[in-house]
Amino acid sequence: MAVEGSTRQENVVDNATRSGSVIDHSKVRVNVAQAARLDRSSRLPVLVGFTLAIIWLLEGTLLGDIASFKFDFPDFLGSQEYLTFGRVRPAHLNAMIYGWASSAMFAVSLWMMPRLCRTELRWPGIALGGIIVWNIGVYIGIILLLAGVTDGLEWLEMDNRMADPLLVIGAAMVGASIWRTLAARNVHHLYVSVWYVAASYPWLAIIFIAGNLPIFQGVESAAINWFYGHNALGLWLTTINLGLIYYLLPKIVGRPIYSYWLSLIGFWGLALFYSLNGMHHLIGGPMPSWMIATSITASILMVIPVVAVGINQHMTIAGRFGALRYSPALTFLVLAAMAYTAVSLQGILTALVNVNRVTHFTHWTIAHSHLGVYMFVTMSLFGGIYYILPRLIGREWPSANMIRAHFLLVGLGMVIYVVTLGGGGVMQGLRMLDPTLPFQASVEAAKPWLLTRSFAAVLISIGHVIFAAHALMLVMRGRSSVPEDPPFFFVRPVLVRNG
Amino acid sequence: MTRAIILFLGAMATLLFALIILIILPNAMLSKVKAPPGLKPYTQEELLGRQVYIRNGCVYCHSQQVRDPTFTTDVARGWGSRPSVPADYVYDKPHLLGTMRTGPDLINVGVRLPDAQWHLLHLYQPRALVPWSIMPPYPFLFEHKETATPDETVLTIPEAFGPKSGVVVVTDEAKALVAYLLALKRDYPVNAQAPVQPEGETGEGEGANK
Repeated sequence: MAVEGSTRQENVVDNATRSGSVIDHSKVRVNVAQAARLDRSSRLPVLVGFTLAIIWLLEGTLLGDIASFKFDFPDFLGSQEYLTFGRVRPAHLNAMIYGWASSAMFAVSLWMMPRLCRTELRWPGIALGGIIVWNIGVYIGIILLLAGVTDGLEWLEMDNRMADPLLVIGAAMVGASIWRTLAARNVHHLYVSVWYVAASYPWLAIIFIAGNLPIFQGVESAAINWFYGHNALGLWLTTINLGLIYYLLPKIVGRPIYSYWLSLIGFWGLALFYSLNGMHHLIGGPMPSWMIATSITASILMVIPVVAVGINQHMTIAGRFGALRYSPALTFLVLAAMAYTAVSLQGILTALVNVNRVTHFTHWTIAHSHLGVYMFVTMSLFGGIYYILPRLIGREWPSANMIRAHFLLVGLGMVIYVVTLGGGGVMQGLRMLDPTLPFQASVEAAKPWLLTRSFAAVLISIGHVIFAAHALMLVMRGRSSVPEDPPFFFVRPVLVRNG
Repeated sequence: MTRAIILFLGAMATLLFALIILIILPNAMLSKVKAPPGLKPYTQEELLGRQVYIRNGCVYCHSQQVRDPTFTTDVARGWGSRPSVPADYVYDKPHLLGTMRTGPDLINVGVRLPDAQWHLLHLYQPRALVPWSIMPPYPFLFEHKETATPDETVLTIPEAFGPKSGVVVVTDEAKALVAYLLALKRDYPVNAQAPVQPEGETGEGEGANK
């Protein structure tokens, strides 16, 4: 089975290079058979994770489409209690965050860790069980949500008796496998992706448990709500995907990461500042002003890790953008990396009081969150799946055109989504801020852009159906058949050697 | 980095730092906030209405907070006579401050729109009262029947929006929701300057009451 060629992170080393050795790992060439053995060790949980994730992607997409069209046609499905906007919207969010993104993120972290630690995945059965338990929890949570059972806090809606314990147990099981593998590693140095992936699991556990503690009242409930909401993005969705990009970007272009020190600044800066950002969701609100000021300050300081990561990843690929032609995985990942910089800078901008007074409470926020959770997180996961899945199945993606269609539809759809809804949000906000105008003006100002958003949602949905169908074709295709198009993932062209 | 334990401890330390600053310290301060004299605890019916509000996700389009008038126009727009303070929310669990204003702010909706009949019809079909509204209708909070019994409340609906035959009666859930909306009144005066009792001023006797 073909395996990606020799790059620096890929080396499989023997016992002599175990921790404490002074051998320069970059000089050790890859052993293809051993790399394939590492992939085999994580194969089952990774495949199950991706499968469940893709099913969630379709379900979450449908929920999102229904929610979007309800803005344009408010009586659409209006008599259905289960499908009222206020239930479909959180169901969409939870399906995407906990169903799609988190399941896929379990899979990519379980796939990366053995390779990065150069040892087989430990406790793969526990990891697999964890993914399944988590998913059962998410299904229970979302079905209850549609039935009207909710904890009432954004991002934490799922019932904290029936659903949340399963999520905690599931994530802990996957995390145990991750950390057990890390403990058994055959490398001395921890690659930057390991920092991000390994740290994310205890972070998620702490914020999720803290967020669901039923002890907070009044504005403290708002504080823990947005402490969780922001960190779910910053210390879970962001970190796993930065780890993935840090791993695949240098591998595909065949170059080491530009700077170790920039990686360090990016990681610890994020850990320190991102975790303090949450209260910027409450600017102007009834919190002690020092809390909000703390979060605004930390938001501005986010420029340090964001720019460090941006420069580091840009310099890694600079001059080799031609590789995008050969690797769709790289195309998705580069777009995701750029979106991370963009969404973070937009977030800093939005945290400034002068901007926030206009954009807070408007659709600008929805556009911003989709730039983050879609253009960054989801695009990165698409890139990961395009890279990983053929290596686990042992076959190439059947159709280059389907990948192109997927990329163009979701890329174009998301650009329309973010630009038009973000702009519409500003117009909505400016009218709301003018007390001489009736509230009606802000609603009317947003209406056309809500319609373009629904149009974008349709494009994105078609892209998702193509992607899911393609993944199904990849799995169903007989082992004997040979792709008509020469595979461009296993083409090891061009660029893969750097001494 | 070469040691996993450093990674683990460092990651925990940064998060713990944030937890202390944003959650644990404020929690200690804010737990001393007392209800203003003008704020009544919710009644049983209002609490049920609050549950209906939560269950149907009103929070995704309606905020419940009047922002600081030094840089917003929430007060000028008539959404409140003063900015909201932590004491306004001591009975709220979970909070419903919200992050969207697809619809207007509701923290003083009981002051602004005190008519229960208006709210009931507006919930049944918002466009019967506000033609440009994009709010969803909530017909499932009402019951469509042939005839109403004497103890049921019949909703008066304009011809174009009602059912062809029979009557629409108001369920307990709808009544409770409207009771909750009408209870959203945060127009009593508070000392905005000192919403939190400063450290050290908690007299022993006073603290014991908590």
